[in-house]
Amino acid sequence: MELDPDDIFRDEDDDPENEFYQEREASKEMVVYLVDGSPKMFSATALQENQEETHFHVAVSCIAQSLKTQIINRSYDEVAICFFNTREKKNLQDLNCVYVFNVAERDDLDRPTARLIKDFDCIEESFTKEIGSQCGILSGSRDNSLYNALWVAQALLRKGSAKTADKRILLFTNEDDPFGSIKGVVKIDMTRTTLQRAKDAQDLGISIELLPLSRPDEEFNISLFYSDLLGLEGDDASQFLPLAGERLEDMKDQLRKCMLKKRKVRRVTFSIANGISLELNTYALVRPTLPGTITWLDSVTNVPLQSERSFLCADTGALIQEPAKRVQSYKNEDIKFSVEELSEIKRVSTGHLRLLGFKPLSCLKDYHNLRPSTFLFPSDEVVLLLLAFLLLEVVGSTCIFIALHRSMLRLNRYAVAFYGSATHPQLVALVAQDEMVTASGQVEPPGMHMIYLPYSDDIRHIHTDENNETPRANDDQIRKATALMRRVDLKDFSVCQFSNPALQRHYAVLQALALDEDEMPEVKDETAPDEEGMARTGVVNALEEFKLSVYGENYDEDKEFETNGKVSEASRKRKAIAENAVKECTNYDWSDLADNGKLKDLTTVELKYYLTAHGLPVAGRKEALINRILAHLGK
Amino acid sequence: MARNKEALVLLLDVSPSMHNILQEVEKVCSMLVQKKLIYSKYDEVGVVVFGTEDSSPLLASLWGLSVAWSVGISFVFICQLPGGVKFFANEKKNPCHPFPEFLKHPLLLKISDTNNELTTEVGGYEHVNVLQQIRVVDKDTVEALQQLPRGTVSGDFLDAIVVGMDMLIKKFGPTNKGKKRLCLVTKAHCPVKAPYEGTEEDQVNTIAAQMLAQGIKMDCIVPRGKQTVDENGGVMEENDHLLGVFSKKSSSKVVYAESPTSLLGALRTRRISPVTIYRGDLEISSALKIKVWVYKKTAEEKFPTLKKYSDKAPPTDKFATHEIKVDYEYKSVEEPSRIVPPEQRIKGYRYGPQVVPISSAEWDAVKFKPEKSVKLLGFTDVSNIMRHYYMKDVSIFIADPGNKKAILAVSALARAMKEMKKVAILRCVWRQGQGNVVVGVLTPNVSDKDNTPDSFYFNVLPFAEDVREFQFPSFSNFPMSRQPNEEQQEAADNLVKMFDLAPTGREEALQPDFTPNPVLERFYRHLELKSKHPDAPVPPLDDTLKKITQPDPEILSECKSVVDEFRRLFELKENPKLKKSAKRLLRDKPSGSDEEGEGSGNANDVGAVKYIENKSAGNIDKIGDLTPVQDFEVMMSRRDSPEWVNKAIKDMKNKIFDMVENSCEGDTYQKALECLVSLRKGCILEQEPKQFNDFLRHLYKFCQEKDLNNFCEFLASKGVSLITKTEAVDRKIVGFHWCFYCGNMGNSLVNILPTKVYDMTLPTKVYDMTVMNPMIASGLRSFELKQFLMFGGQMNNGDLDPGLNLLLIPK
Repeated sequence: MELDPDDIFRDEDDDPENEFYQEREASKEMVVYLVDGSPKMFSATALQENQEETHFHVAVSCIAQSLKTQIINRSYDEVAICFFNTREKKNLQDLNCVYVFNVAERDDLDRPTARLIKDFDCIEESFTKEIGSQCGILSGSRDNSLYNALWVAQALLRKGSAKTADKRILLFTNEDDPFGSIKGVVKIDMTRTTLQRAKDAQDLGISIELLPLSRPDEEFNISLFYSDLLGLEGDDASQFLPLAGERLEDMKDQLRKCMLKKRKVRRVTFSIANGISLELNTYALVRPTLPGTITWLDSVTNVPLQSERSFLCADTGALIQEPAKRVQSYKNEDIKFSVEELSEIKRVSTGHLRLLGFKPLSCLKDYHNLRPSTFLFPSDEVVLLLLAFLLLEVVGSTCIFIALHRSMLRLNRYAVAFYGSATHPQLVALVAQDEMVTASGQVEPPGMHMIYLPYSDDIRHIHTDENNETPRANDDQIRKATALMRRVDLKDFSVCQFSNPALQRHYAVLQALALDEDEMPEVKDETAPDEEGMARTGVVNALEEFKLSVYGENYDEDKEFETNGKVSEASRKRKAIAENAVKECTNYDWSDLADNGKLKDLTTVELKYYLTAHGLPVAGRKEALINRILAHLGK
Repeated sequence: MARNKEALVLLLDVSPSMHNILQEVEKVCSMLVQKKLIYSKYDEVGVVVFGTEDSSPLLASLWGLSVAWSVGISFVFICQLPGGVKFFANEKKNPCHPFPEFLKHPLLLKISDTNNELTTEVGGYEHVNVLQQIRVVDKDTVEALQQLPRGTVSGDFLDAIVVGMDMLIKKFGPTNKGKKRLCLVTKAHCPVKAPYEGTEEDQVNTIAAQMLAQGIKMDCIVPRGKQTVDENGGVMEENDHLLGVFSKKSSSKVVYAESPTSLLGALRTRRISPVTIYRGDLEISSALKIKVWVYKKTAEEKFPTLKKYSDKAPPTDKFATHEIKVDYEYKSVEEPSRIVPPEQRIKGYRYGPQVVPISSAEWDAVKFKPEKSVKLLGFTDVSNIMRHYYMKDVSIFIADPGNKKAILAVSALARAMKEMKKVAILRCVWRQGQGNVVVGVLTPNVSDKDNTPDSFYFNVLPFAEDVREFQFPSFSNFPMSRQPNEEQQEAADNLVKMFDLAPTGREEALQPDFTPNPVLERFYRHLELKSKHPDAPVPPLDDTLKKITQPDPEILSECKSVVDEFRRLFELKENPKLKKSAKRLLRDKPSGSDEEGEGSGNANDVGAVKYIENKSAGNIDKIGDLTPVQDFEVMMSRRDSPEWVNKAIKDMKNKIFDMVENSCEGDTYQKALECLVSLRKGCILEQEPKQFNDFLRHLYKFCQEKDLNNFCEFLASKGVSLITKTEAVDRKIVGFHWCFYCGNMGNSLVNILPTKVYDMTLPTKVYDMTVMNPMIASGLRSFELKQFLMFGGQMNNGDLDPGLNLLLIPK
C-alpha cells in the first residue's frame, strides 16, 4: 500500500528529518503590494541591448515572480495587489486613484490562486485598458492618491490579529517627491496627513517597506519625503539605498530578496565557558525545497480524504491508545524501553550550544558534512527571558559575537561546539562568514554557519583491495589537466545559479493543470552541460591533448579490461548465463507456445531464458514473466 | 559461511602499560560485539589477550626452547640456554607439530608457558592467551570483553598477530577471503622479540605477505597518550615502523588515538559493506569519459528504530508476537463514516488553495526524466563555493580500480585541481529513472599513501530554490556600544588562539573521524544493562564521553587565564551565589551528568568551571590554592554569619602574603595581583577600605624588608592603589521609577509598575534580596540599565507574588 510519507513520520518521535526540515511558522504573513501606476513609472529607463524596460515592468515582474514562489512555498500567506495613481478606481472605500487588482473567487486580501497568477502575468497588456495610468496628486485638486493608497492598504490589512499575522505593505515607486508638483499650505497639509496615515498604520503593527526604483542618472532621494514616512533617521537613511548607477537587473535581484521576510527557526544559548553565554537566533538559509505535500483525494468526487491511523495489537486485535513501549531484540530477548527512557538516552546535553574549542580551518575536511548548515546571528532584541519565575537578561551578546567573529575570520579558525538538541545532539563546526556585498546588495550575510559534523560511525572507509602501488599522474599529465581546466572555467559560478529542473517541471505541470491549459509547458533544464562551449576548438584541443597524454593513442576501453584480466568474476558469470540463455532459447518455439497458452506449463527457469536472451527484466512472479514475454512477442 | 559473515579476532594488549585505558578498550570492544549481536548475528569473534603471565604449567618445562621451521624437510630446534645458544636439527617426523604451517619462511620463536594452541602445539608465544576461541557472537563474548584480565608482563604484538592468524587459518583455511579480520589494540610499548634469523622487518614482511595471501585484513589501533615518552629507547619508534610495514604490505590500517575519547571512536564498531551508488562514466565531454565508481563517504548511523511493543496478549500466551500493526484508513472529509478503498484514492498536489488531482500514471508521463549520467559542467575557483552550501552527506569518486588509465586520469585531474585551487561542478543522475538531477561540487582528495589512489569528494550544492536570501544588518552598522573595543578584541583573539583543540605536535581533539556518537554509546550500554536488569536506569555519561558534549576541563584549565580575561572584559559576570540557582533553573540538567556533588578528588582533572560550580553551591569556608579569587568572592557573599566577611578578608591577606613570600622569580605575582584586585573590590563593597589600605601599606613595607621590590613595581605598573575616599563613599538606596513589562506569562502580561529598587551593592545588605513593592515609590530618578537578575517571590499557584527581587550585578 502506498502511504503518504508525511503521515507515517508525523508522530515518529525519533524521526530527525521532521524537526529539521519542517519549519512551519505559527504566524502567517499578509502583504499588500502597493504599486505606483503613475505615468512616470512607464517612462523607459534603461536602454540595454535594445531592450526597453519600464519601472512598472520591473515592479510587476518582481511581484509575479514572488507570487509564483509563494504559491508553492508559503501558500497560506495572503496577498493583495493594489495600484495607485490610476485612472479607474476600485476599492471598498471608493477612494479615487486606487485600484485593487483581483480575480474571481478570491477576497481582495487572500491566498494567491492560479487564476490570480495567470491574470497578473498579463497585467502589462491589460493595464492601460482596464486600469489606466494617471497622476493622482496634482495642484488644484485636493486628491491625495498616496494617502488613499495607504488607507486602502491599511483597511485591507485589518483582517486577522497582529499577534498571529505579520503585516507588511511593500511600496513600489520611482517618485521620490510625491508632493513635488504642489506648493504652499496644501503641500504641507497633504504631507502631514499622509505621514500621519503611515504612522497610524505602523502603530497598528503594519510595517511599511519602500522599494524605490531609480535610474542611473537620477538617484532616488529618500530624504525628500520617504525617510519621514518610514521613520528613518540619520545614518539609516543614508544607508538605505546605495543604489546609484546600477543596472536594472541588480535591482530586480534586490527586490526579490526583500520580498522574503526572514524567519528565525529558533533561539539558542551559546555558552562559551565559565558561564558566559550569548543569545543567538538560528536561521535556515539553505534547505532543499521539496514539491508540496500530497493530499489524497477520492478519485470519484475529488473530495479530500482524511487519513486515520490506528495502532492494533497483532495478537489480540485491540486498539492501542497509550504510547507503546519500544523493543530492541538483543541476545534473543526483547529488551523494552519506555519512551521516557529513550528521550533520556538522547539527552546528553541541553538544547544549547556549548563551545568546546577552536581549530584551524584546515581541520574542516570536505567530507565533514551531513546536512544543510544553519545560520547563526546574534539576537539583537533585548528581550527578557522568562523561565519559570526567573528572569535573566543577557546583554552584550552582540558584542561578544562580533569579537569572536572577527577573531575567527582573522585567524582562519572555526569553533567546535556541541549542539544538544533533543532529537539529534551533534557536534557542530561554527564557521565565521564575513559579509559580502556586491552592487545588488548583500550576497553573504555576516554571521556564523553551523555545520553538522559526522561522528566516526558516520564516516565510511572504502577499502580497495589494491595493495600494489597505484599509478600516479606524471607532471605532463597534470600540466595537460591544468590546461584543460583553464579552458573549461566557469568564471562567475555561484551556487544558486541553477533552478531545479525537476521542481520547475513539477510546478509548471501543476500550474498548467490548475489552469486547465491544454499544452504541457516545456521547462528548460538549466543544468544541462554547455555542449556548444565544449565544442569550441580550444576546448576540444585541450581535451584531446589530455586524453592523449593519459590514455595514449588508439585507446580501447574493452581491450584495457581484457589485457588487465580484471573483468570481475560476477560479470564473467553474467556473460556466461546470457550466452547459455541465447542457446537454450532457440530450443523453444515461443510464438507457438504463446499462441497455445502453453507458456504457463514452462518453469520460470525456462521462461527466463527467453527474457535474458532478449534483454528483458527477469524479476517478478511467473504471471509477470509470462505477461512480459507476451508483450514482447506482441500478443 | 554465509556471504556477508565476518570472522574477527580481537588482539588486545593487556600489559601494564595499557592498564589506564583498558576500561575504554573493554567498552569499545563490547560495543562492537553488541552491534554484531544486533546487526550481524552470525559473525564470529575470537579474543586474544597478550601481556598476561600465565601460570599454567602446561609447557613450562619447555621454557627456553625455541623452534624454527624451514621450508621443506627439516626442522631446526634451537635450545636457548643461559649463557649460550645451541642448535639441533631434526627430521620431519617430529612428534609435535612444531610450527604453524602457514608461515612459509623460517622464523624463530621462543616457547613458553601459555595455553594458546600454538604454544601447546609448537611452543612459543608466551604471554599470549586465548580468551575465547573463534565462535559465533553471544552474550558470553560481551561479558568476557567487559572483564579483561589485567596483565603483568610486557606483551609482544607480533606474537599475538601470529596467534590470531593461526586461529583464523585453522578455522577457515583459505576460504572467506576478505571476511577475515584481525583487530589489534596495543600501545606497542614493549619490544618485539628478536627473531633468530633475519631482522624483525623480515619477519613482519613474511607475516604481511601471508596475511595478504590468506585474505586477512588487520586494523591496528595504537592508543597512546600525549605524555607518552619512549622509555625503552627507540622501541616505540621501531614498533611503529613495523606496524607501518604492515599497512604498506598488507590490507592493514594503523590509527593512533591519543585520548580515551578518540580510542572509542577509532574502532569501527559496525561493519557496513560499502556499496557503490554509481558505476559508469564521468563525462568530461562527449569525447572524454573516465570510468568511476561512486561510494558514500558519510552516511549517518541512525538511532536504531525500535519496534513498538504490545503487552495486550495474556502472559500465558507463549506464541504472542507482541507486535503492533499500523492501520491506515482514508475517510471522506464530508462523510467521516465512509471509508474510501485504497484503489479509489488519487494523489492531489496543492497549488495555492486548490488541490490538483494527478494519478501516478499521468504523473509518470509528464514528470522530469533525466538520463543516467554524470557530466562535467565546468571548473571554477574554490573560493566560489562556500563551505556552508554543502547540502547533504558526502560521496567519494574513485576511478574504476581495474582501469589503470582511469586511475591516471583521476589522479591527473585531482592533482591539477589541487594545484590550481579549482573544483569541478558536476551534474549527476545516479540511476536510470531517478526523478531529479543533482548538481554538486567535486573536490580533490590527493592521497599521500602509495597504495591508495587519488580520489574526489562530492558534495551536493543547492539549487536556486533552496537558498533563502535573508538580509542581515552589517556588523559595522551596529552602534558603538555593541562593538568590541580593542582590548576586548584582543581577548577574543587570544581565546580563539589559545582555546585550541588542535595544538601543534598533538592529536587534534574531537576529530570527527575519531569521535563516537555519545547517544549511541549510551544506548548500547543501556541495552546491555537492561539485558541483565530490566529496570536498570539510564547510565550517566562517563568522563570520556563527556569530553564530547562539554569542554574538556584539561584544555580549559590550560587556558584559564585567557578565558578569565575574556570573561572579565565582557562584563558578563554573574553573581556566584545566584549563578548556581539560575543555572539550575535555566537549563534542565543533562541527564546523567554528575556536575554537582561529585567529590572528585583529582583536582587536575576537574576543570575550573566545574570546580567553581561545585563550590559555589554554598559553603566554602576557606580560601583554597586553586581558585582563591572565586573562593574569596563566595565567602564574601555568604550570609549565614556576618563573620564570613572578616574571615574572608583575613584569609585572603594571608594568602597574598604567602604568594608573595614564596614566589620564585615572580611566578606567583600574577596570581597575587588577581587576589589583590579582588580583595580591593571586596573591601570597597564591604565598606572596609581601611582594612585594604592598611594591608597594602603593610605589604609594601614587607616587600621592602624582604627585598621584593619588584613586586611593588609590578603592582604599580598594574595600577593597584589605595582605596580613595570617593570610592569608599557610602552608597545609598538608588530608587527609580520603573515601568516594567516582563513578557508574556501564560496568557497575561505581567506588569510591574512604579517600583523601588535597592542597590544591592550596599554594604551589610550585599546580595540581600529586597522585595520590590509596587506600591512604594514614585517620582524617582531614572536608572541606567545594568545587568541584573530578577527573582519572583514565592510562587503561589502560578502567579507572581506582588514582590520581585531585583539584583543588580555589581560591575
